[in-house]
Amino acid sequence: MRADVQDQIISILAREAVMDPADVHPEMSLDELGLDSLSLVEVIFAIEETFDIAVPFNANEPSQSEFDISSVGAIVRAVERLLGGLAPAPAAA
Amino acid sequence: MRRVVITGAGTVNALAQDVPGTLRAMAEGRSGIGALDFPDVDRLTQKIGGQIKGFQPEVHFDRSQMTLLDPFAQFALVAAREAMAMAGFDAVPGDPTRWGAIMGTAGGGNSTVNDAFRQVFAEGKNRVHPFTVPRLMNNAAASHLAMEWRLMGPSFSVATACASSNHAIGLAVQMIRAGLADGMLAGGSESMLNFGGLKAWEGLRVMSPEACRPFCATRNGMVQGEGAGVFVLEDYEAARARGANILAEIKGFCMTSDAADIVAPDAEGAARAIRGALKDAGLAPDQIGYINAHGTGTAANDRTEAAAIRAAFGTAAARVAVSSTKAMHGHCIGGTGAVELLACLLALNEGVIAPTINHVADDPEVGLDVVPNVARAARVEAALSNAFAFGGLNAVLALGRV
Repeated sequence: MRADVQDQIISILAREAVMDPADVHPEMSLDELGLDSLSLVEVIFAIEETFDIAVPFNANEPSQSEFDISSVGAIVRAVERLLGGLAPAPAAA
Repeated sequence: MRRVVITGAGTVNALAQDVPGTLRAMAEGRSGIGALDFPDVDRLTQKIGGQIKGFQPEVHFDRSQMTLLDPFAQFALVAAREAMAMAGFDAVPGDPTRWGAIMGTAGGGNSTVNDAFRQVFAEGKNRVHPFTVPRLMNNAAASHLAMEWRLMGPSFSVATACASSNHAIGLAVQMIRAGLADGMLAGGSESMLNFGGLKAWEGLRVMSPEACRPFCATRNGMVQGEGAGVFVLEDYEAARARGANILAEIKGFCMTSDAADIVAPDAEGAARAIRGALKDAGLAPDQIGYINAHGTGTAANDRTEAAAIRAAFGTAAARVAVSSTKAMHGHCIGGTGAVELLACLLALNEGVIAPTINHVADDPEVGLDVVPNVARAARVEAALSNAFAFGGLNAVLALGRV
């Protein structure tokens, strides 16, 4: 995990959840951060803008998307894959 | 209280540019959704929609009219001409100050806004068309209807997002009931299928890249359409006295507000609107043979709407036919309720329940008869039309045969 990517994603999530970034940890789920579906759409937008990437995500089936949002760490890994130009792993992986 | 009936209907939408063509397409379960075609569509991730193809404004309007008309107003005017002709009117009968127009729209002249923004931001121009404002204003369609038909009574536009048409029609019914008007043109119109309009929708990430599948287990979002529906509404006694062909009675109307969330729907707010429309109409759930659902094809709407129908209908929910025609014409946003009211007329007058096409697999969370893929013959005495908007604003109409 690249520290800079993780830090930036935690900063985005913390801002959206109105939390201190120090309280956001990789193993936490978005539910634990109190983020609803509307906040999630904003998070995805912020990630796309920050890293200049396109995130495959449909709010109708968030868990079916190729982009794994099951935890903070999963989001970091998914962004790293997109940054590395690799095909995203299936959500089940 | 005065009874209100529909004596004329008109439409322009992706299925057809008139009512007979639209009803035929609905009965055949035909889709009007296809590849979008407009400038910069390659920069959108959303490539499909219910776009009106082959509409020739120059056939309907002269140059001096066209320069003042955004497509949403053009669609409304063409639909109103069909509705007035169907009602048998060259002009409104009697005192024109007793007739008005109420039209729903969400985006108003959205394509005019898009064109003007393109000119000043993308093309660096410092000048836009002089009639940009009269074209883009939300009340343009209602005002042009009033001007064309000399409607000098209550006239205005209603903007309640996806419920705009149902609110507009319901308010027009109340105008006639209350004696504030003898007749009204009412409906809705929308034209947002342009780069800027759809780019905004993409941001919400609720659009399906491949098809609108309302109530289907595999649904993955909405597909946007465009178009207009306009109806001639009259006092029942006056319509009967002149020997008008009555298409249906609008027996009930109810509007509620969720007061909860700006985008997420709420089953209780929707159920209250359904119950309220039934009560206003004096109908029991088991008298309703058809519900034209809001049925957007999003995960959230369809689950919530199904729960609302089950809550409001109780045991009758198992027997009522429910379909969403958005799978065919797309979600026409502020115009959608008016286009969808045609499916209720099809059910009441021709005994044909339009199907919910693109159905692949039942969703156990829905638990309703969604008339999958193929139209059904049925004798329908009364029908509901649901509309539930972003912002939690719900409007349900109850129609019956006369």
